[in-house]
Amino acid sequence: MTFKKSDHGAVPFWRDERYLQIIAQVVVVAALIALGYWLIHNLLTGLEALGTPLSFKFLGLTSQFDIGESMIEYSRNSTYTQALLVGLLNTIKVSFLGIVFATIFGIIVGIARLSKNWLVNKLAAIYVETLRNIPLLVFLIFLSTSVFHKLPRVKDALSAWGWAFLTNRGIYVVWPRPSGGWDVYKWFLLGAFIIGFIVAAIKFREGKKTGRMPLYWLWGFAVFALVAAISWFIAQFMAGPPMYLDFPTLQGRNFKGGQSLTPEFMAIFTGLVVYTSAFIAEVVRAGIQSVSKGQREAATAVGLSSFQTMRLVIFPQAMRVIIPPMTSQYLNLTKNSSLAIAVGYPDLFAVGSTIINQAGRAVEIILVTMGVYLTFSLLTAVFMNWYNKHTQLVER
Amino acid sequence: MTSLTPAKDIMPPPTERSTVLGWMKKNLFGSIGDTILTFVAGGFLLWLIYAIVKWIFTTAQWAAVTDNLQLYMKGQYPASEDWRLWLLMFLLALVVGLAWGIFLKRAEAVGWVLLIIPVVLALWLISLHREAWWKFLVVDVLAILGYFLGKRYPRKLARPTYILILLYMPLTILIVRGLGENGFMKLVPTNLWGGLLLSLLLAIFGIVFSFPIGVLLALGRQSKMPALKMLSVIYIELIRGVPLITLLFMGQLMLPFFLPAGITIDRVIRATVAIIMFAAAYMAENVRGGLQSIPKGQYEAADVVGLSGWQKMVFIILPQALRAVIPVLVGQFIGLFKDTSLVALVGLLDLLGIARGILANPNYIGRQLEVFAFIAMIYWVFSYGMSYASGRLETSLGVGER
Repeated sequence: MTFKKSDHGAVPFWRDERYLQIIAQVVVVAALIALGYWLIHNLLTGLEALGTPLSFKFLGLTSQFDIGESMIEYSRNSTYTQALLVGLLNTIKVSFLGIVFATIFGIIVGIARLSKNWLVNKLAAIYVETLRNIPLLVFLIFLSTSVFHKLPRVKDALSAWGWAFLTNRGIYVVWPRPSGGWDVYKWFLLGAFIIGFIVAAIKFREGKKTGRMPLYWLWGFAVFALVAAISWFIAQFMAGPPMYLDFPTLQGRNFKGGQSLTPEFMAIFTGLVVYTSAFIAEVVRAGIQSVSKGQREAATAVGLSSFQTMRLVIFPQAMRVIIPPMTSQYLNLTKNSSLAIAVGYPDLFAVGSTIINQAGRAVEIILVTMGVYLTFSLLTAVFMNWYNKHTQLVER
Repeated sequence: MTSLTPAKDIMPPPTERSTVLGWMKKNLFGSIGDTILTFVAGGFLLWLIYAIVKWIFTTAQWAAVTDNLQLYMKGQYPASEDWRLWLLMFLLALVVGLAWGIFLKRAEAVGWVLLIIPVVLALWLISLHREAWWKFLVVDVLAILGYFLGKRYPRKLARPTYILILLYMPLTILIVRGLGENGFMKLVPTNLWGGLLLSLLLAIFGIVFSFPIGVLLALGRQSKMPALKMLSVIYIELIRGVPLITLLFMGQLMLPFFLPAGITIDRVIRATVAIIMFAAAYMAENVRGGLQSIPKGQYEAADVVGLSGWQKMVFIILPQALRAVIPVLVGQFIGLFKDTSLVALVGLLDLLGIARGILANPNYIGRQLEVFAFIAMIYWVFSYGMSYASGRLETSLGVGER
């Protein structure tokens, strides 16, 4: 059966799908533009009527409020822009640390979930199923009100052999700090890093050439550690010890020294890590289970040890399945860090809402906040797409 | 070639699993490392159980929970109008029973799982009126009646059941909200809606209304028309890139500005709109997954038999695509149910909002652990129940497989 092409000209344009598609698109776009224009017009006139026309100039005014914790210089005389920057840095800090620790815990739990040991397996299952089925916000508020703010008062602080103190004012842990020899030692460290990197690269190329890949990153790390350790003594000989351990001690009414972590930070950080790790555990488990049984059996058949099987056969293949959902978990964690407002940690969103209350600039602040989160998401998406392509190249 | 015994005729090898000791040796004490792990994990588990049980029965003071059950369940919804909630429950039981009888003929065990939903909801309401246990019985009787009717007259009742399912949502809104100022079914303003009732309503509204939008967006993203495709992509990526809480704030603080002066919208509706907008973007991505799983041959076949573009979508592609994503949609619903807790941050009194309100009461100072344990348990029961039920449904109906 054949169609006659000559009939085609007879179709009037209002029944020709090509024209209809164009017309439909023009109509939809026009309608959306009209709607958008109407909404924005309402917004602008409404703001005008309130006496606060849309503008970002207010960001230069002094903030006049304090922020609990900040990674940069900040006081109540700083501007709104600086306040937002403090919030942004706090968001980045908790998200970055959260991602690192959630990944570690998630992998451990995910592997425990696959354990042949029945009890370990079930414990991991309980962990995952409990956390996955309660709202993060409930968990966060629970951690904040019932755990970190319920720790003993400073004078009866819980002590972990003097290395860490748990109090309701925060957690104080011992921390390495640079001292006299640091100025010399940091150059040694840089050198050690370069040497370690070179060794790893050599081992990697060797592996590529011979086809027997050594643990090149372990080699690199071992060389780095060795050089760093030796140069420690050299630096000590030259200019005194490079670092010392700063122990927290009770002085007067509060702890001095060490690294202090506020209860607010601990609540949001622990909450994000524990909650996300349950999701990451499922991602890891699904990834490992997606590698077919035959791969494992084949690896055993050619005489690989169980560690080698994992490292050389299972893991590279599982990674391909793991990376896309893992990316979205990382993004979720970053976006979920906006719940910090519920526990009082001054992240971007919490600082933003303080500014909204104070300056009454809801529209501008919400636009800025959304813009920042959107940028995070897009950057992560771009990076992860690149990484994904990079690993997918291994494909047969 | 030697012929092989068919796989089903081969008996599984005898295993050690048959005895308790054998099982323990295999699963708990396989090696020295395993034994150590077992003891550490077992010790930890025992300690955990001991600590929790001890806390529940000795330390904890449950007054903050038991005194306020009504508030947790339905906020300040007037007690005189409770019968309307029961009515919804009866209807739900009937619908589920009918659906069970008509559609699940060959997988009857699954029906029990479906029945759990009205039963759990009824248990929720029974905590409101412990003397009203007979209503609980009515729920069960209606469900069973629906089941037998559906099984008996599957042909006749199929259409009414579909209609009931479709009507259930608008009916819910109508019954919960009420009709007029006073008299029969008087208006209950949304600021009285609260507790679990509000959480569930928000989640259900969110999923039901985001569904058509999500499907349209997914189709738009797959479409060959550049302008539509671009708009869909922009919407989806924009919404997925920001946290829900910013959308909720936008709904509460910015939405009033977008409308002409003088028009105000109810706070609950504003939150619902934000949730629907949010859910639609995720829904679109889920549906897109389903669309991409449809083999190209289906599209080509539809073209060959001469279906037009939208006929192809409505009759061939969407039914298969949606069927393939049902499990994902259940997952999304659970996520949305948990996410409704965020409305507490914009001042609505959902389950979490009510809990925070109760904790602000000086009578219950310092009872955070009890209150949060209680509401976490409610969220858990619902979320886990739904994921368990959908898991059972999938395996026995083969949903999600194609």
